[in-house]
Amino acid sequence: MTEKPVFLDNAAATRVDERVMEAMKPYFFDIYSVASSEFGYSLGIESREALEGARKTLSNYIGAEEDEFVFTSGSTESGNMALKGVALSLGEKKGKHIIISGIEDFPVLHSARALEKQGFSVTYLDVDHEGFVDLDKLRDAITDETILVSIQHANQEIGTLQDIETISRICRERDVLFHTDATHTFTRVPLDFNQGAADLITVSPHTIHGPKGIGGLYIRKGTPIAKWMDGGFQEFNLRAGLENIPGAVGFAKAVELVTEGETKEIQSMRDHLIDRVLAEIPDTTLNGPRWKRAPQNANISFHFVEGESITLHLDMRGFAVSTGSACFSRSLEASHVIMGIGGDHERAHGSIRYTMGRYNDMGEINRAVDAMSEVVQQLREISPLGKTK
Amino acid sequence: MKFPYSEKVLEHFKHPRNVGKIENPDGNALEGSPACGDMVAVYIKVDSDKNRIEDVKFESYGCASNIATGSIITELAKGKTLDEAKKIDWKEASEALGGLPPIKAHCSVLAVEGLRSAIQNYEERHGLVKEQKPTTVEIVRKRLKKVMNPLSGLDLVRTNLVTDVEVEGGVVRVVIDIPSGHQFANNIRDEILEKIEPLWDVNQVVVEFTE
Repeated sequence: MTEKPVFLDNAAATRVDERVMEAMKPYFFDIYSVASSEFGYSLGIESREALEGARKTLSNYIGAEEDEFVFTSGSTESGNMALKGVALSLGEKKGKHIIISGIEDFPVLHSARALEKQGFSVTYLDVDHEGFVDLDKLRDAITDETILVSIQHANQEIGTLQDIETISRICRERDVLFHTDATHTFTRVPLDFNQGAADLITVSPHTIHGPKGIGGLYIRKGTPIAKWMDGGFQEFNLRAGLENIPGAVGFAKAVELVTEGETKEIQSMRDHLIDRVLAEIPDTTLNGPRWKRAPQNANISFHFVEGESITLHLDMRGFAVSTGSACFSRSLEASHVIMGIGGDHERAHGSIRYTMGRYNDMGEINRAVDAMSEVVQQLREISPLGKTK
Repeated sequence: MKFPYSEKVLEHFKHPRNVGKIENPDGNALEGSPACGDMVAVYIKVDSDKNRIEDVKFESYGCASNIATGSIITELAKGKTLDEAKKIDWKEASEALGGLPPIKAHCSVLAVEGLRSAIQNYEERHGLVKEQKPTTVEIVRKRLKKVMNPLSGLDLVRTNLVTDVEVEGGVVRVVIDIPSGHQFANNIRDEILEKIEPLWDVNQVVVEFTE
């Protein structure tokens, strides 16, 4: 590798910030015990303090009480915990109906499918052509049996920002718990935790230059949720397993490092990329809304060409992006998000997602668009479809 | 840099050979995969005295494996007689490319199918097709050998996933030994339909999965 690759897949993973790494380091080499050892030896007390310190930073940040924030191994686990924990707690007592949007990310989508196999019924709400949930349909879908609504804050692929405030209000009026997966918005798009944005909120630092393997679930005080994974008594006896203390410390540090200015810059890179691609490359379609979308996300379909071919060509030129093409996925299925917004197989086939982060700059965005333009033209020349004259 | 493909695949992907259309081709075909959405078009020019492929070109709306296989297949087919070219199979193409990831088998099979269909198209146009035989279990099984099991990159028959085939009164029933909720169940069903439905005397294809 001669030159640093231009990494535009920050929704999947981000480069860890050195300051995060530095903050985590002592908890690998010096204070490496787990917090549960606090009554055994002093090292355990220091671990406990580090863990609780991180929890305090995070709960302060979101305006929650400290015991409302539970560390998990990442957003996948948080999503599982929210859906399965509530199902375990209320399934017998209240009902067996759950509502999610049809374009949720896999943790929520597949948890819901798993619950379906255990006798729960799930309503998958349709979204419109930009990915927005129809709020009237949500209202209609809630029944006396409904125990949980789970609708993401921003979509993982097309960035659509849902109207969490209204969804939350609808759920509250009907006395139904609400979980939102805020993996792709946490710290970048304000979410009012203490004003009742949701009863359960999934967050993760892997999208904001923090470590992987740690995440969190905000659980509003009094929310009925059962422990779904068996083991020890950690995390208020809600989440069993050794505490990932370096992870928790890194999570807190990553959150502290995000600034509004940085997010604005990222958003202007997003806007510049979208504007240039749509203006300069013919036969392109923006996936998701133009404005009400996550600040770091752009997703565009390039018609008549296939996404994996685009990503491979871009990779050879030093650009890392992602695609919703079936050829790219291990399941060989086209993106359920692009299909969900009424796109056809063809639109998913040529869809490319760009997600920006702290280490990108406008020069990189311009080079990426230039490369994109060449690659798409090259692939269109060999495509049997829609020849550009 | 590291890539998930062999040097040879990358080379053909970057610089595909024999790309484009042939004006007034003697035979041509457009093959598409419902499972992954890829498409490939193959055009041939045939020397009718020698039944030899004079020229062959392809176009691809597909992933790297699809493009590279389309490219290699044109190299392999050029100059061969129709009978020789018909024998080119996925294995030969894959070997010529230095191997392909198993999960990509179905994208590359498409190019091989494209060549065969283009030859068939030529034969049909020139009255070289022998009498149409009624569909039998054997014929169905032979076609199922072209449907890939994406987990292994081998076909359904070879991986013993086809547990039963029945042909009766234009209805073909195929039983596949995977659960209906399997990750690839829908892809496999789509590909089976695509391979069996075109048989001239088949009206309906039923694919069943074992639960």
